[in-house]
Amino acid sequence: MSSTPSRGHQLDRVAVTGGTHGNELSGVYLVKHWLQNPSELQRGTFAATPFLANPKATKRCIRYLSQDLNRSFTRTFLTSKETQDGPYEVRQAQEINQLFGPKGSADAFDFIFDLHNTVSNMVACLILDSEENVFTMHMCHYIQKHTQGPCPIYLYGLPGQENYSLQSVAKNGLGLELGPQPHGVLRADVLSHMRALVACGLDFIDLFNQGTSFPAFDIVAYKIIEPMDFPQSPSGELLGFVHPQLQDKDFFPLKPGDPIFQLFSGEEIFYEGDATIYPAFINEAAYYEKGVAFYKMKKCTFSIPPLEAPEASAP
Amino acid sequence: MTALLGAKSPLRRVAIFGGTHGNELSGVLLVKHWEEDGAEVQRTGLQVKPFIANPRAVQKGSRYIDCDLNRVFDPAHLGEEMPENSPYEVVRAQEIHRLFGPKGGKDAYDVILDLHNTTANMGCTLILETSKNDLLIQMFHYIKSCLAPRPCFVYLIDRPSLKYATTRSVAKHPVGVEVGPQPQGVLRADILDQMRRIVGHALDFIQYFNEGREFPACSLEVYRVMEKVDYPRKENGEIAAVIHPSLQDQDWKPLNPGDPVFLTLDGKTIPFDGDSTVYPVFVNEAAYYEKGEAFATTLKVTLTARSLNSSSP
Repeated sequence: MSSTPSRGHQLDRVAVTGGTHGNELSGVYLVKHWLQNPSELQRGTFAATPFLANPKATKRCIRYLSQDLNRSFTRTFLTSKETQDGPYEVRQAQEINQLFGPKGSADAFDFIFDLHNTVSNMVACLILDSEENVFTMHMCHYIQKHTQGPCPIYLYGLPGQENYSLQSVAKNGLGLELGPQPHGVLRADVLSHMRALVACGLDFIDLFNQGTSFPAFDIVAYKIIEPMDFPQSPSGELLGFVHPQLQDKDFFPLKPGDPIFQLFSGEEIFYEGDATIYPAFINEAAYYEKGVAFYKMKKCTFSIPPLEAPEASAP
Repeated sequence: MTALLGAKSPLRRVAIFGGTHGNELSGVLLVKHWEEDGAEVQRTGLQVKPFIANPRAVQKGSRYIDCDLNRVFDPAHLGEEMPENSPYEVVRAQEIHRLFGPKGGKDAYDVILDLHNTTANMGCTLILETSKNDLLIQMFHYIKSCLAPRPCFVYLIDRPSLKYATTRSVAKHPVGVEVGPQPQGVLRADILDQMRRIVGHALDFIQYFNEGREFPACSLEVYRVMEKVDYPRKENGEIAAVIHPSLQDQDWKPLNPGDPVFLTLDGKTIPFDGDSTVYPVFVNEAAYYEKGEAFATTLKVTLTARSLNSSSP
């Protein structure tokens, strides 16, 4: 979804979703807190709606029951009729699409913040599908300038690939990915960092709604190339693990010849690509089953055009 | 099963358990590797058996299927008749008991090294279930001295009300090995290496003991469990506060009365209401949220062991 609310309208329907993965606890506990006490999500021009995206998985503190909810927002799943006995997450995706969508329609929510954690050392990662999403790139720029610590931008869209994520239900969306935090653990530092990022994102929307224009800028972002799998036996057993020199080095340059894996035998495996890449989601627990030891990212610089203030709303 | 048993006769049968909890991967992958290629864990005069304790949980990548395997080795569960729909782990416990026990019996395995990971910042930890086992005190002393200057802590869980019936307890000399921090479902190279070293030193000790090497009398600083502290909870059972940033990752460091322990989402700090300084462990372990344990408190105690001389075979 690469729309800009072009010469836009104010945003007034904004959601903050947590527990899309039931064991990523920062979002779970923030949303539960905001459901009791939503004052923190209120701004002068709008109030954001908190929502627990996968309540059954959250109750069991697992990532999902049948399938990854954050891969369930494709047309096939959203229009599937076989839901009674089908996967829980497909039914849940359809419900979320009714509440905050329909995806791709004029009735969809204006913006969704989707809160996630990773065990990888990604600190505070801003996730969106493409740099063409001008509004969200401006938000990311604003968040980077107004919060502490590294805040890399991660672009997950691939050419020709349908946008499958929960945040794609709304007209615009941003994933917040904070780590490292083990799944099923709630860390105070990660929680407060996520809270600050959400607050900053809401501030940006409020400023925009109040009639602020934002000038053009250049910005660094990391664009997904492809995944790299673990070394495995023909029967799919792990033969080794992320090399200690690569562990925790998310968004550091990885050059051809640098070590990436170590086998149980002690042998080292080196990166054989042609060019320097930037790894992300290094050794993420949930990605072992997806065949991903890390994602190879390309570091890019994009020139983002100005964002004009919205038209004043009718009173 | 007393210190004398070990202090006099050689130890011939040792098992290394991985995957007692299926998502604690260091032990799982080490044991699987050693099942394929056991050269690293062979020692002269010793039969070493690597073993996956909970294969279904390992397959699923979860801590357990029906119930925690590491809590069901008590007489009640071990003696139970097995109806059709028994919890998987209870059936498995009985199987392990047959293979490596019987618990308390002369045919039980001499040593079980039970490999675990924790999300808590506990570093290298050895777990002792009794203060009276000279052999294990000597073994742990040896392992600590080999690992130095890297710290290695000993956690003593001998308090009857807090003791739990562990998988390794079927052996004459049960050894818990706990290395963290590592998230569940993740294999970290540094943590794997530490665990590998601990196992190697433990096996070396057993070999040297069997060969008649003398281990002079020694003392060992241990952290003896006092109590388990739960999270503040709401009426519906949900946790109402997080481990305070000042306590997070501070396993084994002194916690004084009045020090912050929890932080609510409203920003309120909850202080430690104990009477004296304690040493917290298992601070923010993922698997313990459901067991009602935010951390455990310990006190430092010094154990002593007599010298060891094994008679030659």
